[in-house]
Amino acid sequence: MRGADVMRGWLQPHRIVLILIGLGLVYVCVTQMRWDWLPKYAPMMAEGLWRTIWLLILSSILGMALAIPLGLAQAAGPWYLAKPAQVFCTVIRGTPLLLQIWLLYYGLGSLFPQYPWIRESDLWPILRQAWPYALLALTLSFAGYEGEVMRGAFRSVPRGQLEAARAMGMPRHLILWRIWLPQAVRAVLPTLGGETVLQMKATPLVATITVVEIYAVASRVRQDTFIVYEPLLLLALAYLALAGLIVLAFRWFENRGPVRHRPS
Amino acid sequence: METLHLLAYSPPGWGATLLAGLWNSLLIAVGAFGLGLILGTLGAWGKLHGGPVTRDLLAMYTTIVRAVPELILILILYFGVTDLVNQILIALGHERIQISGVAAGIAVLGVVQGAYATEVLRGALLAVPQGQVEAAKAMGMPPFLMARRIIFPSMLGLAMPGLANLWLIATKDTALLAVVGFSELTFATRQAASTTKAFFTFFMAAGVIYLIITLLSGWAFARIERWARRGEPRNAGG
Repeated sequence: MRGADVMRGWLQPHRIVLILIGLGLVYVCVTQMRWDWLPKYAPMMAEGLWRTIWLLILSSILGMALAIPLGLAQAAGPWYLAKPAQVFCTVIRGTPLLLQIWLLYYGLGSLFPQYPWIRESDLWPILRQAWPYALLALTLSFAGYEGEVMRGAFRSVPRGQLEAARAMGMPRHLILWRIWLPQAVRAVLPTLGGETVLQMKATPLVATITVVEIYAVASRVRQDTFIVYEPLLLLALAYLALAGLIVLAFRWFENRGPVRHRPS
Repeated sequence: METLHLLAYSPPGWGATLLAGLWNSLLIAVGAFGLGLILGTLGAWGKLHGGPVTRDLLAMYTTIVRAVPELILILILYFGVTDLVNQILIALGHERIQISGVAAGIAVLGVVQGAYATEVLRGALLAVPQGQVEAAKAMGMPPFLMARRIIFPSMLGLAMPGLANLWLIATKDTALLAVVGFSELTFATRQAASTTKAFFTFFMAAGVIYLIITLLSGWAFARIERWARRGEPRNAGG
C-alpha cells in the first residue's frame, strides 16, 4: 500500500515525460554513436574497473587506519603529537592531490635508484612499478581529510561517558576501544559515505602516473581510435554507478548500527 | 639543496615560468568561483522556487556533477564545448576558432563549482528566518530591495564556511587542467621538473605556493565571516 503511494508521488506526469526524453537520448546515443570498439576493449575496461575498485577500497581502509590516530592525536594528544598531526592534515588538504601524486612518483621514483641498497633489496621489483606510489598518495590524502573529520568525531563523544568509564576504573585502551572509538566512528558514518565518493572521484588521477585503471583504459581507446565522447560517456556512467553503490553501502551500514533514542 | 638556484626568477631559473603558471591558476580559480556563484545562486533559487521540471533538472545537474570525477567532466566539457562552439560557428558561416585555455578552464570548473554552490546557497537560503521575509513582504518591500537588505545579509554568514571550502576546491581543481595540457602552476612545475630533473625542488616549491594560497584564503575568509556575522548575537541558539 505505502509502496504504491510512494510510487505515485514519485511518478508525476512531468517525470514520465522527462524519463521518456531520457530514454530517447539513450536510444540516440546507442544507435547514432560508435560503439564498435567496445567488444575489443571490454576485457581491458573490466580489468581497469577492478583496479579502480581495489585502489579505492584499499586506500580508504588504510587511510582510515591512519586517520584514527591522527584524529585522536589532535583531539586529545599532547602537543608534540597534536602539532605534527595538525600540520600533516593542513599540508595534505592545502595542496592539490595531483601534485602530491607527482611528487611521490617522480620525486621518490628518481631518488630511490640512487641508493644501491634499495636497488638490490627484494622490494625493488615492487618499487619500480607505479601502483605503490598511487596507493601511497591516495592513502595519505584520505588520511589527511579523514584525520580532520575524526578529530571532530572524537571531540563530539560526550565527556561524561569517558569520565564515567574512568571512574569505574576502566583501563585507557579499553575506554578507547569500547567507548570512545565506536561512538566516534558511528558519528562519522554519514560523512564517510560522501568522503568515500570524493575519494573515488580522485582515483582517475593515478592514470597520470601510468597506473592502468578504468580512466586510463578510456584514454587509451581515445588515442587508438580517435573516438572522443563514447568512452568518456561510458566512463561517466561507470563512475555514477560506483558512486550510487558507495552511497547504498554506507546507508546499509548506518542502518545496521543501534538506533539512537531521541528524546521526543 | 644544491638545486635551489633553479627557482631563481630569470633563466636559467624557472621562477618566471612558475609565476606565470600561478597567475593562470589564480585567474581560472577566481573566474570559476565567480561563475560557480552565479550558477549556484540561480540553481538555489530554482531548487527552492522553481516548477517541478526545473527542480528535477537541477537535481540531475547537482547529482551528476557531484558523482562523476572532475577530470572526466573537464575532458567531456573541454572537448564538447570546443566542438559545439566551432560547429555553431561553421553553421553560421564563420571560421573555426581556438578557444583559449583560460576561457575553457573557467567554463568547465565553473559548471562544477555551480553544482556545489547550489547546495551551499540552498542551505543558507533555507536558514533565513521566514518571519523576516514575511515582514518585509508585508511592508511592501520590492523583491530586489528585500534580497539586498534582508535575505543577502542574513544568509551570508551561514553560507561563508561552505563558500570558503568551495574556493579552496577551486584553487586545487585548477591543477586538473594540467592533464589537458593547460599551462597552470602544476603543469609549469612538471615541465620545469622534467627538464631539470630536480623533481623534489620544484614539486615542493609548488606545494608551498599552494599551501600559502590556502592559508591566506583561510585567514581572509575567516575575517569575512566574522564581518558577515557582526550583527548576530554571540552563542546564538544556545
